[in-house]
Amino acid sequence: MLAKRLIACLDVRNGCVVKGVSFEDLREAGDPALLARRYNAEGIDELVILDVTATVEGRRALARTIRAVSRELFIPLAVGGGIRSDDDAAAAFDAGADKVSLNTAALSDPPLLTRLADRYGSQAVVVAIDARRSGVGFDVFARGGQAPTDRGAVEWAVEAAGRGAGEILLTSIDRDGTRAGFDCELTAAVSSAVSIPVIASGGAGTFEHFHDVFTIGRADAALAASVFHFSEHAIADLKAYLRDTGVPVRC
Amino acid sequence: MIALVDYGAGNLASVRKGFDAAGAELFTPSAPADVAAASGIVVPGVGHFGATAALDDNWRAAIRVAVGAGTPLLGICLGMQWLFDGSEEAPDLAGLGLLRGNCARLRPGEAAVKIPHVGWNTLSMTGASPVVDGLEPDSFVYFTHSYAVPVTADAVATCTHGQTFAAIVATGHVFGVQFHPEKSAAAGLRILRNFVAMCDAR
Repeated sequence: MLAKRLIACLDVRNGCVVKGVSFEDLREAGDPALLARRYNAEGIDELVILDVTATVEGRRALARTIRAVSRELFIPLAVGGGIRSDDDAAAAFDAGADKVSLNTAALSDPPLLTRLADRYGSQAVVVAIDARRSGVGFDVFARGGQAPTDRGAVEWAVEAAGRGAGEILLTSIDRDGTRAGFDCELTAAVSSAVSIPVIASGGAGTFEHFHDVFTIGRADAALAASVFHFSEHAIADLKAYLRDTGVPVRC
Repeated sequence: MIALVDYGAGNLASVRKGFDAAGAELFTPSAPADVAAASGIVVPGVGHFGATAALDDNWRAAIRVAVGAGTPLLGICLGMQWLFDGSEEAPDLAGLGLLRGNCARLRPGEAAVKIPHVGWNTLSMTGASPVVDGLEPDSFVYFTHSYAVPVTADAVATCTHGQTFAAIVATGHVFGVQFHPEKSAAAGLRILRNFVAMCDAR
């Protein structure tokens, strides 16, 4: 049976992980390759490296990071953050990324999704959608959640899938950083509208939140960053919990 | 050295890294004649079956001759589908035809599963082959595909997603895997090591 995936997100700046790393026995906690190795040993299903710098120096550091992580990890690796062009995507793939995640660039240049899908396959193209609740639905925001757009989340997800995106990384801006739970309504609305997998993001705080987003939210995968730093065996424990509550996971 | 056939279908960096971890050196043949000297041949690939059109008659002949001379061959994902007669994804294009059968689009079935099939799913072992030596039963491996090969006598392992399809096939020293061993953690590396061992033994 197809497993629900747990995806860890590493926010990386100039080659260092910048968000909430607190493994006590990991002296070089900021080293993404060490953290990735740790996650892998705990059974994470996939990794996302999010570049939060997007400067020229940051890009070089990012390529080194992707190389270091992909050399020893044999699980899917997605790279996002500041991928704006065919060349940015090519650099990420050359360094060892399996997927690139596009957000603002896909909104401003939707054919980019199709060009990348034609060149690398749809499985390598993730569209990242940042959405916020509005009166009637869910509005899409660009530029890291800062810039409003005239698009609705469900409509944009359907269009992006039609243009060649192979997965949707759906972040609830309302829930991001709150640890109040994923937005299951948003996730279910998008997941029901498309046939490609939906990765839910934003709001993870407890094991129950993951259970809810996989069942009520109909998510195919769930992504979190700092929640996996809660304890040393968070991922293994979470998987055991999900398995015991009837959610299929890889173990 | 093992030949990694690059016909422009996707990014090969991950496949190279996987084989590197499995202890093999890969080279990318620049012309069909180069595969004659290879200890093994890997046909990777992602995306549309139409991309295999780049493997023209010269490549097909060279690969057939090498396989006829005993060179182990491994097709990964689209590369596995290409080893069969063809695919309904590109009906006008013939596969290599080393294995009998046609690739068809996965159907959601009564389970109403999502297509494409993306993620970790379990293998059910249905046969024996050196390529699966040491593989744990019910191993999880990473899939990403919309088309698949039906279960035939050549299937060594199957997987179920809406329908049951061939996940690993083997006939003689010709092997195919529908999933991505280079992205399937320890189980995937085991398969790559098994293939490399067969190549090294020649």
